[in-house]
Amino acid sequence: MPEKTRDELVRIDYTPPRRDWSDPAIDFEARKGTWSYPAAAKNLRYLGFPNPRDWSPTDEDWQLPENWQQVIHDGLAERLTKYRSLKLFLDVCVRCGACADKCHFYLGSGDPKNMPVLRAELLRSVYRNDFTTAGKILGRVAGARKLTPAVLKEWFYYFYQCTECRRCSVFCPYGIDTAEITMLARELLNLVGLNINWVMEPVANCDRTGNHLGIQPHTFKDNIEFLVDELEETTGVRVNPSINRKGAEVLFIVPSADFFAEPGIYTFMGYLLLLHSLGLDYTLSAYASEGGNFGLFTSHDTIKRLNYKIYHEAKRLGVKWILGGECGHMWRVMHQYMDTMNGPADFLEAPVSPFTGTAFTNAASTKMVHICEFTADLIKHGKLNLDPTRNDHLRVTFHDSCNPARAMGILEEPRYVLRSVVNNFFEMPENTIREQTFCCGGGAGLGNDENMEMRLRGGLPRANAVRFVHEKHAVNRLACICAIDRATLSTLMEYWVPEVDVSGVHELVGNALVLEGEKPRTTDLRGKPLAARKGDADA
Amino acid sequence: MRVVWSLLLVGALALVGFFGAQAGGQALFGIVLPYLAMAVFLVGIAVRVVGWARSPVPFRITTTCGQERSLAWIKASPLDNPSTGLGAAARVLLEVLTFRSLFRNNRSELRDGGRFTVSADKWLWAAALAFHYSFLVVFLRHYRFFAEPVPAVVAWIQGLDGFFQVGLPVVYVTDIVLVVALGYLLWRRLADPRLRYISLPADYFPLALLLGIALSGVLLRYVSKADVVAVKELAIGLVSLHPTVPQGIDPLVFAHIFLVSVLLTYFPFSKLVHMAGVFLSPTRNLANDNRMRRHINPWNPPIVGHTYAEWEHEFHDKLVASGIPLDEE
Repeated sequence: MPEKTRDELVRIDYTPPRRDWSDPAIDFEARKGTWSYPAAAKNLRYLGFPNPRDWSPTDEDWQLPENWQQVIHDGLAERLTKYRSLKLFLDVCVRCGACADKCHFYLGSGDPKNMPVLRAELLRSVYRNDFTTAGKILGRVAGARKLTPAVLKEWFYYFYQCTECRRCSVFCPYGIDTAEITMLARELLNLVGLNINWVMEPVANCDRTGNHLGIQPHTFKDNIEFLVDELEETTGVRVNPSINRKGAEVLFIVPSADFFAEPGIYTFMGYLLLLHSLGLDYTLSAYASEGGNFGLFTSHDTIKRLNYKIYHEAKRLGVKWILGGECGHMWRVMHQYMDTMNGPADFLEAPVSPFTGTAFTNAASTKMVHICEFTADLIKHGKLNLDPTRNDHLRVTFHDSCNPARAMGILEEPRYVLRSVVNNFFEMPENTIREQTFCCGGGAGLGNDENMEMRLRGGLPRANAVRFVHEKHAVNRLACICAIDRATLSTLMEYWVPEVDVSGVHELVGNALVLEGEKPRTTDLRGKPLAARKGDADA
Repeated sequence: MRVVWSLLLVGALALVGFFGAQAGGQALFGIVLPYLAMAVFLVGIAVRVVGWARSPVPFRITTTCGQERSLAWIKASPLDNPSTGLGAAARVLLEVLTFRSLFRNNRSELRDGGRFTVSADKWLWAAALAFHYSFLVVFLRHYRFFAEPVPAVVAWIQGLDGFFQVGLPVVYVTDIVLVVALGYLLWRRLADPRLRYISLPADYFPLALLLGIALSGVLLRYVSKADVVAVKELAIGLVSLHPTVPQGIDPLVFAHIFLVSVLLTYFPFSKLVHMAGVFLSPTRNLANDNRMRRHINPWNPPIVGHTYAEWEHEFHDKLVASGIPLDEE
């Protein structure tokens, strides 16, 4: 937890400094708590990334390669020819300011360079200087800046202070997407060895072991068996998931946090109960044991490299289609990048639910279905025996995770599932949900402890909306469909709204799901006692 | 300071046109510079658009602002989350015609005790729309200078614009709206400390220039009441490629034309290219059909990740010990 108190954190000064923004100066020492530690050299070495070394942002000398300016210049030139998005977004911004108060980091910190317009301007100013006629001739008058060490340091600070949530892009009249700017800026930073460990360690782990957490296959199996045991204790039913089984109909991919730590494990238990009750012929994979993809926070090439194993494993196992668990940035990759990068998946079949016969035509090419789509379809067709009263001890609201909302549009499916499995569901205010949802403040690799002050600041608008429904409707559970959310929102709630716990949607499905041969449930999947029910006293 | 410099610069440019023409530069300001400016504008915009178009769109990165098309019984949002090319085209068209994204604008403010309130904020949307549409109408109205006889549609627009029949000559509504909207857009940049902080000279200058053009036009029509017949002769000469400068043209006309020439020249090198760019924005003009249809990246790099075989090789003993099946089993 940060040294600052809640009262201090909410005293936010939005007055811009007197100094012009084009003047870069970041005192990393004074801003501890708002930046992430650099990547450990071993991770860069393992991945073959440039400039592995031990350094700290508080150092005067960042030990950059001799020709770093040229490297960045050439890297930018290359990306301008490869990405129309980048070129266009750097050219068309009119600085209307509509994006300014849409960024959770700006709202929570008051730092004007967290306004999406200025975050992009940090890169745009260098682009003007190096690549535009006006910038070359007029210099500062045209808003051009030379790429100095101070400017580069500023890039490091602010491009690792954006969670790529795309909220600003919803409001921009030209659809300028700061996530795209940040992604490409981080690619440039990676070229000279400026990256953060909370991103690069998961990337290195994922490449080697198959998942971000570095869980090796035997531990993967142990973890799952532990959860199976727990489930048996709660429900009296023993589920039997298989691992790396060839010939299964479906490969089930989840974010690794779901089989590793609370509260994700309860979501995972929910998946297991659901798939068991259906009798779906599915397998997990210890090799493709990560749905998430921190490559998204590194570079497009890294996305492709880590995502490679999904189709590779599906092909090896000979499954028909892929089912994906609840994870936000994972679904950005699966939805918007996987097929383009690692497709075509012509060895798979267009997904059809074996229980309802529903053809998921929206996934006809990628062959990957979101579990909320899958479950919503099951519930609609009455295939699940649900007892929502088992969630009566919970008063639930739903947090739309950034990527599923703004890079996919899966808004109604989780709501439909939730309304079917809980009796007490309340929406947060409309400007804070669906496409306008506020980020948890810890996505895109920023959910680490050393960055805690900035996480809590960035999460303030979200926490605020939760507090609102907590006070109005006594909400005590924040449901979401993102593994990063489950980790970061838990911390956020503990600080801002401690009365509210966080969970996945399928944990609540697991609570409500009536299984064949189960024992009477007295607790939910967390071992918390259920609400007293009418008639219970008589029994 | 930036705004003062911009206003001064535009003022100076107007004076250059005004006195330059009187000092014998009528052909320069009336013929040569307008032709040059038009050429720079057309070539410049073309270069810009071709430049954007030459960079591919490797990924389909639609920003979805509504429900996806998934299950048949869930109502999808065909405009904010289009699943077809037609839907995406409609999305762009409505973006261009009605500024839908800007219409969403709201204002978040921090209240006591660390609470945020969000309220609708349509002023920017209204002013932007008012400015763009009145500018369009003014632009179309000017067509009467370039065509003889005046096309019926131009006459019709003119009639509608002067609907209130106030003043002599009749006051056009769009003249007032244009100046007021520009004034507001300039004022908000100055009044809001946040906007003042982000504003560059390149933000003030176009506003100042447009105001200069609008005000010189207003002066010409309502105050100096320039000789329309002579101006029309000049305009028709320009478009028919037989340019002449007739006698008796108010020097203010040359100031007006010169400012327009500056605008045309400045346009392709400035943020004003958003006029063309908005059509190409990949977050808006692509359908969110990623999982339905494969999007092709023309430069898709041949990257192979850590293969299963490599992975099995490294963890072979652990796999065997924990009973996880190997590939050959």
